[in-house]
Amino acid sequence: MGKKFEVVLNAKTCKGCGICTALCPKGVLKIRPDGKAEVAEPAACIGCQSCSLHCPDFCFEIKEVSADD
Amino acid sequence: MEAVYEKYFRDNLPHIWCPGCGNGIVMSALARALDKLGYPQDDILLVSGIGCSSRMSGYMDLNTVHTAHGRALAFATGAKVCEPRLKTFVVMGDGDAAAIGGNHFIHACRRNIDMTAIVINNSIYGMTGGQFSPLTPTGKRATTAPYGSIDRAFNLVDLAKGAGATYVARGDVFHAAQLTNLLVEASRHKGFAVVEAVATCPISFGRYNNIPEPADMLFWLRDNTVTVQQAAKMSDEELTDKIIIGKHFETEAVEYCEEMARLLADKQADNEKAGDENEV
Amino acid sequence: MTEIKNKHVQLMQGNEACALGAIKAGASFFGGYPITPSTEIAEYIAREFPKLGRYFMQMEDEIASIGAMIGASMVGHKAFTATSGPGFSLMQELIGYAAVAEIPLVIIDVMRFGPSTGLPTMPQSGDIMQARWGTHGDHSIIALSPSSVQEAYYTTIRAFNLAEQYRTPVVVLLDEKIGHLREGFDISQDLEPEIINRADFVDKAATSAGGGKYLPFANTPSGVPPFVPLGQGERYHFTGLTHNQAGFYTADAEQVATFMHRLCHKIEDHVNEIAEVEQLDCAGADCVIIAYGAVARSAQEAMVELQSQGYKVGLLRLKTIWPFPAEQIREICADKKLVVMPEMNMGQLAVEAKAALIGSGVPFHSITQVNGRLIAPAPIMQAVIEQMAEHSVKQGGGR
Repeated sequence: MGKKFEVVLNAKTCKGCGICTALCPKGVLKIRPDGKAEVAEPAACIGCQSCSLHCPDFCFEIKEVSADD
Repeated sequence: MEAVYEKYFRDNLPHIWCPGCGNGIVMSALARALDKLGYPQDDILLVSGIGCSSRMSGYMDLNTVHTAHGRALAFATGAKVCEPRLKTFVVMGDGDAAAIGGNHFIHACRRNIDMTAIVINNSIYGMTGGQFSPLTPTGKRATTAPYGSIDRAFNLVDLAKGAGATYVARGDVFHAAQLTNLLVEASRHKGFAVVEAVATCPISFGRYNNIPEPADMLFWLRDNTVTVQQAAKMSDEELTDKIIIGKHFETEAVEYCEEMARLLADKQADNEKAGDENEV
Repeated sequence: MTEIKNKHVQLMQGNEACALGAIKAGASFFGGYPITPSTEIAEYIAREFPKLGRYFMQMEDEIASIGAMIGASMVGHKAFTATSGPGFSLMQELIGYAAVAEIPLVIIDVMRFGPSTGLPTMPQSGDIMQARWGTHGDHSIIALSPSSVQEAYYTTIRAFNLAEQYRTPVVVLLDEKIGHLREGFDISQDLEPEIINRADFVDKAATSAGGGKYLPFANTPSGVPPFVPLGQGERYHFTGLTHNQAGFYTADAEQVATFMHRLCHKIEDHVNEIAEVEQLDCAGADCVIIAYGAVARSAQEAMVELQSQGYKVGLLRLKTIWPFPAEQIREICADKKLVVMPEMNMGQLAVEAKAALIGSGVPFHSITQVNGRLIAPAPIMQAVIEQMAEHSVKQGGGR
């Protein structure tokens, strides 16, 4: 089993630009009706950091979680 | 919030930049670079000019100065010469650095004073609502180039190299991880380092040039950038409209503050020998 | 061979005296650009600063010069430049920045005949209003004007002291005639001048080191916030945008108004401490000549000659141009029968002097000369005599 990751999204400062959702290679993120991003498939996250690297508003924190917890 | 952000950002977020603005991506790349560099925050001086990108100095928990349009490098020069211990970064927009600030840009390159100049090139004056700049590619539209700019644009990398900068690189906000590494390399380089960070302005440049969606602008960068190594194997014809990213140039040259220190040391020694303490 | 009685006297040029004054004041950064008639100052500093471990830079233009000075001052160095009209014009935007960011710095403006290229080696007190209103927006500023080489030395020291004390740019308005004049210079008998530093006003407890919260733009009673330079443990922010007490952008109407009033009043409320004038025989005089800079020398000679012809004439010399000493002028001149004011311009400062005397009923006569030459004593004498006659002021007669 590959590494597992926790996707922490601070939607408060999200301006709904859509970059994270478009760039995520695994469809982890979705755009809510209000235009902001939300974490739809956390388990699919492979920890590539594309969202946190490209979020202009610093909303993401991708933390590797050890396999057992 | 990521620890690196909490460390390097002040508590006055969210910032004013529009949804999808490339300035935010550069700011996070810079924070990660500072984290890798490991300088104490008290020893970092961040000087910015005027324009969207130059608001960055207000958000970063460093010694920060938000100067006047085009004059950031002049302020930074005076501060660095007097306090060489300060790790100095200068953030400017494309118009800020290459239009009104052009004279200070070429002279800072010529002097080879030890600092990192980050020119965030979104090819537009964003703060004033979307006018073209000296880095706007010919034919691109802006509020003051409604029919497509007839101006030829600078190649900032060539300009910096020609003016004497001893480290010149270009990155972009799609390749954000590479941008961080270029900033680290630029700062570790002793001398005047220029990093052109090609960025995106969806609300002005994007809207006037048919790529209004922030993500589409990033994909455009992904599809239109080639590395320095790739470009070396491509013909000029293949390279038209391509943005060449990576380290373009690095060399060694006398660094201004060190030369100043040598001069002062010599003259003070002569002065003591001559015993003509000049105090009146 | 006659033995030199006073071994301490030197023949010195006004520009050189300014450079010496800057050195004495502790200036440690000079950012400048060559421009007649100021260049001797840069040349002197280029020779002397390295010996003292201080930083001289010739920049790419005057805008870069004042930009570099502001940067140097922000990180703790006393910074200055020397320029003339055309360069002073280029510096105006950043003089406004230095005013709003409350940055101590000194600009020695060796005034030449203008506007534009004008007569680069010839005098005009043409930058008077430019020093006050050259940059846009409400602000206050200090400008001093020496009348001799020796005074240029002390005026420059005072300029640095006022800059440090009031956290403001200070302009030394030096007539070309004084800048290029060579005359005797002997300070060996003088007291050691007081040197003021920004650190003198910092209460350690109000800094983070002292457990306090340092506010770089605090609304202090004196109106001048203590200044801990950047890079000394207080990570704060400078901006040309209107800002709050911590230095960050605000457009809040009340904070902006409070800031603007403090910015102007910190100087305008201390006119009597800042603005220095010198009176020669004004008490009991019928006519007072108001003059400053090089013209004050001709005015003094005219006064002495007029007195020898029985005219009761005094001289009021303005050593400070801004803030304008209106109250002092009113006190000294309100009871006089005539006030004349010779200037090497078309009456730039006469405007202020006239305003100071509004309602006093004192006849005011502005003498102007704009031919690139220093006003000689004769035209001043002639004007006084004519005006005295016109206002039927009998020689030595009572009112």
